[in-house]
Amino acid sequence: MGQPLLEVCDLSVNAGERPVLSGVCLTILPGEVHILLGPNGGGKTTLLMAIMGMPGYRVTSGRILFSGADITALPADQRARGGIALSFQRPPTVRGVTVRTLLSELLVRRGAAAPSLEELSGAIGTGALLDRDLNVGLSGGEVKRSELLQLLALDPALALFDEPESGVDLDSIAVVGGGMRRLLGRSGGASAKAALIVTHTGHILREVPADRGHVLVRGRIVCRGEPRALFADIRVHGYEGCLACERCLNTLCPGGGRAQ
Amino acid sequence: MTREEIRGRAAAARDKPAAFGPDLDLAAFHVEPLARAAAESVARERQAREAALGVGVDLAAGQRAGTFLQIDQAVIAHRVGAKFAGRVEVLPTREARDVPWVAQRLWSLVAPDADKYTAAAALKPSGGYCLRVLPGERLEEPLQACLLIAETALSQNVHNVVVVEEGAAAHVITGCTVNRATGGLHIGVSEFFVGRNASLTFTMIHRWAPGLHVRPRTAVIVDAGGTYVSNYLLLGEVASLQMYPFTLLRGDDARARFQAVICGQGDSIIDIGSRVVHEGAGSASETISRAIGAGRSKIWARGQLVARTNRCRARLECRGMLVSAAAAIVAIPELEACGVPQAELSHEAAISPIAEEEVAYLMTRGLTREAALAAITRGFLNVDLLGLPAAIAESVDEVLAATPAGAL
Repeated sequence: MGQPLLEVCDLSVNAGERPVLSGVCLTILPGEVHILLGPNGGGKTTLLMAIMGMPGYRVTSGRILFSGADITALPADQRARGGIALSFQRPPTVRGVTVRTLLSELLVRRGAAAPSLEELSGAIGTGALLDRDLNVGLSGGEVKRSELLQLLALDPALALFDEPESGVDLDSIAVVGGGMRRLLGRSGGASAKAALIVTHTGHILREVPADRGHVLVRGRIVCRGEPRALFADIRVHGYEGCLACERCLNTLCPGGGRAQ
Repeated sequence: MTREEIRGRAAAARDKPAAFGPDLDLAAFHVEPLARAAAESVARERQAREAALGVGVDLAAGQRAGTFLQIDQAVIAHRVGAKFAGRVEVLPTREARDVPWVAQRLWSLVAPDADKYTAAAALKPSGGYCLRVLPGERLEEPLQACLLIAETALSQNVHNVVVVEEGAAAHVITGCTVNRATGGLHIGVSEFFVGRNASLTFTMIHRWAPGLHVRPRTAVIVDAGGTYVSNYLLLGEVASLQMYPFTLLRGDDARARFQAVICGQGDSIIDIGSRVVHEGAGSASETISRAIGAGRSKIWARGQLVARTNRCRARLECRGMLVSAAAAIVAIPELEACGVPQAELSHEAAISPIAEEEVAYLMTRGLTREAALAAITRGFLNVDLLGLPAAIAESVDEVLAATPAGAL
């Protein structure tokens, strides 16, 4: 096994003052795509926010390692420049800052090897969004495309997606899925990137095959496995059934190692 | 009004405080420059040209329709661009008082006894410019004027007249700034006349010094089918600035748009607004202001829309953002409609902090906290709305990028 890209080690996180995650362990190798399943309020978004370093999500114990370095205390901008990017489920609106302005800055940072803004936006049909203010008055599908476009410009080693298919029609899911494959290097060409994708419906799995799945319930990862098999079980038994399952893993990743 | 009447009314108002803004003791400022040759000397300095450029006036640009430069009380340049001869007039007010189109308009819109500042401009005038665009002439290049103060404690009392005759169109860029002066007073009486189906875009950029007090007194009249667009941008610190320009949309279908971008910094006291009166049927106006309160600045953002005809529409939008716990913004929108039940007036005022979730969001894109703050404040001010020429917009952008974050 090579050097893990992301290691979440026995992580406990408060959202505000409220404890949400407790002893979460997760390891992602370079190029792997993981999905994160779980009921509403289970802590999925909190885990992504904590990995991204968003303020308001306080790590109370445990560590986050990225490419072997401890990033637990780093602010979000340093994590982003280090190679982590988050596609928000409901990003805030930023009036006066256009998609074009932000993307231009991101692409400049990537230097001469960066693709052009037009090439990126054309790839996922977002040309019309470029001169819109960030997330202002965008439909659900447009928000997802805008987020994806920003991630394409960032070209991260690890992409975090918070429900990329929520509030999106089927046609847009296909577009978003195509963009995600491009970002993750699943369309050929670019080297494969890693991802952690939160999904409720599993629709995105038809667009972006995943390598591993995790079930997060009440702030703990209670099961892992092959993503489609996990989904199939949950469809039959629900998340409560998942908790009662004999395969339920209550003590994952002892010592911060890779959970099997 | 005869000159005697003007002086008489002004003399009676020489101690009359303005309705708004801090009251100044005018005895603290002098009108006669201490060194008469100084202005010509300053004009030759590279810093003076750069200061003018910083407020949008490119003294070296050949393509301008006309240029006016006054340093302290001395008119250094007034010229009409070669391609524009016979289409536009550029005169120093001092030399134009007997020119008919000037004489009949001086003090016709602004009262000499409005307050002590108009009185000072009437009693101790010290320059200014008169611009006239001849009927039907639509100028492809802007006219530019720079009023610069170099001597500390000087009171620069200018009186400007701009006439855009019927069917004509012009863009006037006026930059007011300092070079070396650390304190002083700028009084600017401005009277603008937009003729039938004429168009005037007036962009004024102020970049003063922490010791400067500024009292513009502006009135505008717009005839039928005419359009007046006012862009105002305040950059840098100022001791105090108070202005409340008045615009009368006199003619049917007259239009006006006011856009102000105000950066309150340091200890600046800024009291700024506009009053728009709709008299012409079908007249319409839109007033938009953006104010950033940084440092210990205090900003009053006023606006008054008055309907005197049933068929008019007007909207006032005033947004403020505080980026410092020691700064203050007061937004005072007023709407007035009496006996005109079909008039449509509306206002929207808001004061808000920088949203931390927006900062955090941009940081997830790799922007430092400072860069995120600068992007958000720049976006909030939305200088693009002014439609400034690229070189000026770039200069403004640099100032804005550096200012709010550093002021936090």
